[in-house]
Amino acid sequence: MIASRRKYKLHNSQAVVAEQFDDRTQQHEASSLGMWIFLATEIMFFGAVLTAYTVYRNLFTSAFEAGSHLLNAKIGALNTAVLICSSLTMALAVHAAQTGRRKRLMAFLVSTMLLGGVFLFIKFFIEWTHDYKEGLAPGLHFTYAGPQAGHVAMFYCFYFILTGIHAIHMIVGEGVMAVLLFMAWRGRFSEQWYNPIEMMGLYWHFVDIIWIFLFPFLYLLGAHF
Amino acid sequence: MSSSEFPIMPRVHYLNADYGIKSWLLTTDHKRIAWLYLISITFFFSIGGVAAALMRLNLLEPQGMLVEPETYNKLFSIHGIIMVFFFLVPSIPAVLGNFLIPIMLGARDVAFPRLNLLSWYVFMTGGSFVLYALIAGGVDTGWTFYTPLSTLYLNTHVMAAAGGVFIAGFSSILTGLNFVVTIHKMRAPGLTWFRLPLFIWAMYATSIIFIIGTPVVAISLALIVIERIFHVGIFDPALGGDPILFQHLFWFYSHPAVYVMILPSMGVVSEIVTAFSRKKIFGYHFIAFSSIAIAVIGFLVWGHHMFVSGQSIYAGLVFSALSMAVAIPSAVKVFNWTATLYKGSISYEAPMLYALGFIGLFTIGGLTGLYLATTAIDQHVHDTYFVIAHFHYIMVGGAVMGYMGGIHYWWPKISGRLYPDGWARVSAIIIFVGFNLTFFPQFILGYLGMPRRYAVYPPEFQTLNVISTAGASILGIGYIIPLIYFAWSVRYGPVAGPNPWKATGLEWTTSSPPPTHNFEETPVVTEEPYGYDRLAEEIQVA
Amino acid sequence: MSEHIASQKLYFIVFFSLLCLTLLTWRIAYIDLGRWNMVVALLISICKTGLVGMFFMHLRWSTSMVRLVVFAAIFWLAIMMTLTLGDFFTRNAVSHPQGWQASIVVPQPAAPAPPR
Repeated sequence: MIASRRKYKLHNSQAVVAEQFDDRTQQHEASSLGMWIFLATEIMFFGAVLTAYTVYRNLFTSAFEAGSHLLNAKIGALNTAVLICSSLTMALAVHAAQTGRRKRLMAFLVSTMLLGGVFLFIKFFIEWTHDYKEGLAPGLHFTYAGPQAGHVAMFYCFYFILTGIHAIHMIVGEGVMAVLLFMAWRGRFSEQWYNPIEMMGLYWHFVDIIWIFLFPFLYLLGAHF
Repeated sequence: MSSSEFPIMPRVHYLNADYGIKSWLLTTDHKRIAWLYLISITFFFSIGGVAAALMRLNLLEPQGMLVEPETYNKLFSIHGIIMVFFFLVPSIPAVLGNFLIPIMLGARDVAFPRLNLLSWYVFMTGGSFVLYALIAGGVDTGWTFYTPLSTLYLNTHVMAAAGGVFIAGFSSILTGLNFVVTIHKMRAPGLTWFRLPLFIWAMYATSIIFIIGTPVVAISLALIVIERIFHVGIFDPALGGDPILFQHLFWFYSHPAVYVMILPSMGVVSEIVTAFSRKKIFGYHFIAFSSIAIAVIGFLVWGHHMFVSGQSIYAGLVFSALSMAVAIPSAVKVFNWTATLYKGSISYEAPMLYALGFIGLFTIGGLTGLYLATTAIDQHVHDTYFVIAHFHYIMVGGAVMGYMGGIHYWWPKISGRLYPDGWARVSAIIIFVGFNLTFFPQFILGYLGMPRRYAVYPPEFQTLNVISTAGASILGIGYIIPLIYFAWSVRYGPVAGPNPWKATGLEWTTSSPPPTHNFEETPVVTEEPYGYDRLAEEIQVA
Repeated sequence: MSEHIASQKLYFIVFFSLLCLTLLTWRIAYIDLGRWNMVVALLISICKTGLVGMFFMHLRWSTSMVRLVVFAAIFWLAIMMTLTLGDFFTRNAVSHPQGWQASIVVPQPAAPAPPR
């Protein structure tokens, strides 16, 4: 019972059940429940920052609207669409895994990773760079001189913290997807065992859901100015 | 149940199934992981204990006998951070929970064994950050990291300490996740929810708190680190930031955290009381549901730490009322344990001494919590030694005694050996006496107005402080003795056999120590738990 | 296997709905509805979340335990928000002629921060 010896059978054609489980159903249900519990912790993690955001948004409504107005809602909307596309490709990747189509699975994983990469590129190299140059980066380069500058800075703290933590989650997701892509290439997944792909799907969709909330909260507050 | 006169160790069990450092550091066996945690938290406990010793020595004299105030601030901070996050929170869950949960469920291991190992490594990484903070010069924010002191005004190692706690939080989250999935999905055939041991119910409730609460404190600490790096952040008053918001986010976890620290001990006490009264637990369903109730209601009361912070009076009102409510399920448990003891056949081995000590001391701690929940009283005793005495009665008189009782009760199962019960009873009594001498005077000191987190105090408080320090030395001795006899017992203790206590429960049906996969065959459960009436008929109790 | 395999057609339908709802959120934001802007945006986000959760994340075909986990997380998040906001909204909540929003006192930005 040496711990370092892999406890999974290596051939994809057979059912693969880890030692502590009795059968595939138990294993699948356990993995699923485990991933959802992890997502519950993420809901609380982001939820705490959103609670703080809600407090300040109600205290400094006009300053937050002014800050939001300076963000480019068009690019935000584009990025939202990009992420929704990546959710589609991820769902299709899970479908490919469930139906045992290895090449399709790999293609959709690659598409999801590319779309995620597009999102991150736009976020870091277009949006954040622009915001920094415009003097809207608190702590680094903040030159906004309008009324309630302090509260506008507070808005931008939230903007960078929320989108930053979201981006970190996406980067981690990209990393895990790269590993899954490698495993798919090696033929590790089949109709009998595709748990990790499904769990990755849950994670990726969750990251999408976070952005679904961040988009209106950050970009659209001041749109009607 | 066989009554072998001379029990022998099983030939192969989880401790000798494999040798070498790799087999321990890369293990996925939940029982070995429990040992890893046991050694780590004992190490952290000793550091926290040294800090406490230095604090109590300093407080022998009104002008501070030992250290400068700046150093004293670092001492109470590191004492709190280590004792809360690196000893109490992991203690029973990571040691006894990890060891016992799969066995009590009749399973071969937890749902995610590799995640379990990762939890320990994450825990140790967090601990390393905190140890670095300690060695590099310390942190003086208190374990509560209040802003804007921690974000803007201090030059001590706040980031390392906060970062260490942040990382260790993920260890709790993963452990909680593992336990919930294991309890839901890996019960043996016939083991329905209401046949589960009450320890499992307690661990389930604890895991809920881990899962829901820990992420919130994690993000609060991360926000502090971000604010220190960028010199601006959401708690910065210059930007309109409100320090009370930090307190809301911090205490949203840190209050339920105290239930994390007490619920497992309550589970242990439920097991011990029934075994050493040879009697079925009174009110099984009430105890099970009260554990869940404590977990749920415990999330509704965090504002009682903030009555004098500037929080709105109406919020204070709501939190005060809810804090009264949370006492009810705890009281239900105390009544049920007492009813279990009534007309039981009680024996006073060390685990039972710890359990009885728990019941009394937890009651005192809990009742003083009600005083503190009353806003009118809290105005006067907030941030005094009254609060310190209250939570130490619960944490040390309650949680640690539960932990010690649990370690003693299941030691034969974990190690296959018996510890010397005479010495164990003596240390239990030393701990009880030392504890009360240390902390009861602190109720009086707090009531008289001595503030907490101060290195100096008015001279009229000296007598009580000296008594408290004397008690602390006795308490320390009480904790050292078990280290010695447990170590001795691993090598020289008499072989325990599968069920030295003649107790009920799946864990007592397998060998001591258990084989790596816990059971030779998956057990099938057909009976209700705590069947001591049936047991009495089956075996001749000596 | 007992896991449900959803049809790809369903995924595409959900995908197009999500894009439409995104477009809707974006365009509505440019119409001034006052306080209702935020409410509408929130409602649309909840719809989109529901679609992603139910269909992409298979909640529609999941065990009740999984749904309980989701509900629990939302429930506790609601507790955290409600009680925290309850504090801030009742800080100066004596009867106020202009209603409770006017009673919110905005802390003034402080003097230049002390040397660090």
